[in-house]
Amino acid sequence: MSIGRKDQARGIMNMIKDTIKLEMYKTMVRIREFEERAIVEYRKGNIPGFIHSSVGQEAIPSGVAPFVTKDDYFLCTHRGHGVVIAKGARTDLMMAELFGKEAGYCKGKGGSMHIAAFDMNIVGANGVVGANAPIASGVALACKRRKPGTVTICFLGDGATCTGSFHEGLVFAASFVLPVVFVISNNQFALSTSPSYHSKSIKNLSERAKGYGIQGITIDGNDAVAVGEAASAAIERAREGKGPTLIEGITYRMYGHHMGDPGTGYRTEEEVEDAKRKDPITLMCGRLTRENILSKEEDEKIRAEVTAEIDNAVLFALRSSEASPEEALKDVYYEK
Amino acid sequence: MRVLTYREAIREALKQELIRDKDVFLIGEDIGKYGGAYKVTKGLWEEFGEERVMNTPLAETGICGAALGAALAGLRPVAEIMYIDFSFLCMDQIFNQIAKIRYMSGGNAVVPLVIRTQMGKKGSGAAQHSQCLEAIYCHIPGIKVVTPSTPYDAKGLLITAIRENDPVVFIETSSLYSTKGEVPEEPYTIPLGKAEVKREGSDITVVATSRCLIDSLNAAQDLEGDGISVEVIDPRTIKPLDEDTILDSVEKTHRLLIAHEACKSGGFGAEVAAVVSEKGLDNLDAPIMRVAAHDTPVPFAPKMEDFILPNKDDIVTGVRTLIKM
Repeated sequence: MSIGRKDQARGIMNMIKDTIKLEMYKTMVRIREFEERAIVEYRKGNIPGFIHSSVGQEAIPSGVAPFVTKDDYFLCTHRGHGVVIAKGARTDLMMAELFGKEAGYCKGKGGSMHIAAFDMNIVGANGVVGANAPIASGVALACKRRKPGTVTICFLGDGATCTGSFHEGLVFAASFVLPVVFVISNNQFALSTSPSYHSKSIKNLSERAKGYGIQGITIDGNDAVAVGEAASAAIERAREGKGPTLIEGITYRMYGHHMGDPGTGYRTEEEVEDAKRKDPITLMCGRLTRENILSKEEDEKIRAEVTAEIDNAVLFALRSSEASPEEALKDVYYEK
Repeated sequence: MRVLTYREAIREALKQELIRDKDVFLIGEDIGKYGGAYKVTKGLWEEFGEERVMNTPLAETGICGAALGAALAGLRPVAEIMYIDFSFLCMDQIFNQIAKIRYMSGGNAVVPLVIRTQMGKKGSGAAQHSQCLEAIYCHIPGIKVVTPSTPYDAKGLLITAIRENDPVVFIETSSLYSTKGEVPEEPYTIPLGKAEVKREGSDITVVATSRCLIDSLNAAQDLEGDGISVEVIDPRTIKPLDEDTILDSVEKTHRLLIAHEACKSGGFGAEVAAVVSEKGLDNLDAPIMRVAAHDTPVPFAPKMEDFILPNKDDIVTGVRTLIKM
């Protein structure tokens, strides 16, 4: 299934500018560095609980982000660090949240799985697969009434498309013509179960759009530019009041479901090695080099800056204090 | 004073809040032109239009999720779940999302959201349309739970609930929709978490909710003829619970009976009993008694339904038993 001819034409008109490609690349590198460092800190014992790494999936949020503004809303999944970074959240406050520190975005009450930054319209991560779809429709409903032209992006995984919540969220979005874009990162695994099993009857998950009478498109989710083209067209349609779109980006989850899952037993080493050859950051770096957008020196500069940023984020998290245990009693209800 | 039905009082609260605050809107199944399954929203769609009185597909998760999203983005939704039995369809949204997002975000999210629903005996509504599930809601931190039993309380508590910045589950009782009572025309609020002594007495305290509150008042009237003075307390808000009003009353009467239409096991009455046991045991001269439904699903046949549900006579019998102890 593909978007209509008129929208394809608009997609071409929306040729992604070089500066935007560079922005996408930098975001991808920032996400990768954050994720890899979070794993290091998790293994050192500095991060409690679960972390779900989005390594390998960076092109999707990075490809969408250049086309949204501060006023637009992002919702994401339990594998949400990349989406939160792409929307512009501070990595030091994020890392502090992962560490469970008071300075974190949620005072250490949410952690990796519930990270949110309401001051940036990041409604945040969600520990329940699919649950963010109807919430996204509600955010979009409020935007349609109070802030016309504002768009809501709901990031989901492939597993979410099997839930009832996903269905009801899309029914609402379609029936009320809401300004929301659902972006599926099809990373090939709902924990250990692949789309060829959980959604056997269809080739692409975006085919489900047809059942809701909305636009659906499947693109290479490791190609940030392709993501950007699809997302910019969908976002533009949403802003114009033309309703929701379902975008599926095909990508790959490099690590296990979370850091406690070695990621073996349900996939072969060859499969993982093959995926590594399609690494979105390597692909984007090659593309930008070929197109003379990025020199080796500039790339090194970007990577050095990002390393320094994440070094600082880890240091900030390490040095931040833990909230008092009694802080756990606050924020259950509104207090003024 | 003017007299309204419980249904009309709720409708008036909705109407007055829709007028007062343009961010307030209603969302639910068949609440539009049809006026709601129990006709509570009748006429509001015509008056306020479909943006403010939003009729939805049959999708409870969609309704609660959309209400939450709308609340997070600045609106004040009042969702209707047609039967509390159907709220099982959207438990994830209510319990994992609505109740927790403020906490999980470290207090950054504000969730001004009301879920209106109704519970209780329909008269052969059977097992999936007659349940009283209020206790389940009390168990989840992050939401407040209101169970009005009079038209006056229904209007004032609903207006308060809509103005709250926390999620409130507002549980109406379908068997009370046609009951009447005095209700002022102007908008007014009743604070959440404040019980009311509905009838003063000195021999025994009866804490009762919803339909059982009405039954308890009638029982108290009957028992007065026998020289038994019953104090009847309606918690009105069952989460947070006004413990002081109950404990003060027990300190005076030394006896406690709790009545609710829900099943006995794990019911709201168990919480009241636990509170009094923990904080007022020395004041008790008799065991605490609960009058509640049998622990069965609600049966269809009228005689079986009447058999398993508590009524006024059960409350009278319970009071007499405790008074003799």
